[in-house]
Amino acid sequence: MRIGVITFPGSLDDRDAQRAVRLAGGEPVALWHGSHDLEGVDALILPGGFSYGDYLRCGAIASLSPIMTEVVSAANAGMPVLGICNGFQMLTEAGLLEGGLIRNDHGSFICRDQVLTVENTSTSWTAEFEAGQQVTIPLKNGEGGFIASDETLDRLEGEGRVVFRYVDVNPNGSLRDIAGISNERGNVVGLMPHPEHAVEPGFGPDTAAAMRSGVDGLGFFTSVVRRSLVEA
Amino acid sequence: MPTIVVEVMPKAELLDPQGKAVAGALARTGHSGFTGVRLGKRFELTVDGPVDDALRASVKQIAEEILSNQVIEDVVGIHYEVSNVELAEEAVEAASVTDAGFGAPAGETH
Repeated sequence: MRIGVITFPGSLDDRDAQRAVRLAGGEPVALWHGSHDLEGVDALILPGGFSYGDYLRCGAIASLSPIMTEVVSAANAGMPVLGICNGFQMLTEAGLLEGGLIRNDHGSFICRDQVLTVENTSTSWTAEFEAGQQVTIPLKNGEGGFIASDETLDRLEGEGRVVFRYVDVNPNGSLRDIAGISNERGNVVGLMPHPEHAVEPGFGPDTAAAMRSGVDGLGFFTSVVRRSLVEA
Repeated sequence: MPTIVVEVMPKAELLDPQGKAVAGALARTGHSGFTGVRLGKRFELTVDGPVDDALRASVKQIAEEILSNQVIEDVVGIHYEVSNVELAEEAVEAASVTDAGFGAPAGETH
């Protein structure tokens, strides 16, 4: 499976996302924001970072990039799309996901290993998890407070589209502890924490077993790769 | 040169951490009596041509779709004014006229 990782000006985690795809058995394809060509990929990742220095609003200018025209059509046609952190902010700015992200309620940038509950395992990016499974992956953001109207929040919860929820602490003031959501179809998923930083022993979060041995993020990428094998 | 000013504020019901931080600084420096501070954005767009209905419609669309995110922000004002530079020039001119009007002696400072 070929998975495109789009690099925007100011993307930071594009190479980590490519590496995660490779470790999950997929073939990463580097895509460029200024192009209109998805190069025939089967899925897309919008990586983390600070595109355009977070000018205007986080992800806002990147969401108007040339390649986003193709991303929006592909997403609407059912292609799996994962937005991580700044990528999540872009998906909300592009209207592919509901709600918005605002500055953390405590006003500070936060970086920590974060426990999440996976609440929806039917999306393209979470099929490898068990419902209610807790995973630990890094979180690092300054504007990660998820907000939406009460009506939208009720609908997201009612339709099972809250895919991830923060456990133990709410690190950024996100309403109803929401860490990530999906679109109606379940092919587009966005979350603030970073699964691509927890895919290889020696570089992930600490676990009870050993330092930096956490690889809970790998399931995001193996989910989409294995689903493509099943469907092929 | 007409300047179009677009003002955007975080939605009233949302927490504004930046405003809250400024309010905290005011309180710490002894400026009491302010019950809140909210912080928004001011955009200045300049055009060469005339301000007509087509331009106004275009500005409204830009304000609502690009300059603001309606999920988290509101457009609270769109004004058509002269630019800051022009305002500054006018202020200088006005000041010199006033001085002349009062017959202030040249070289005298206050």
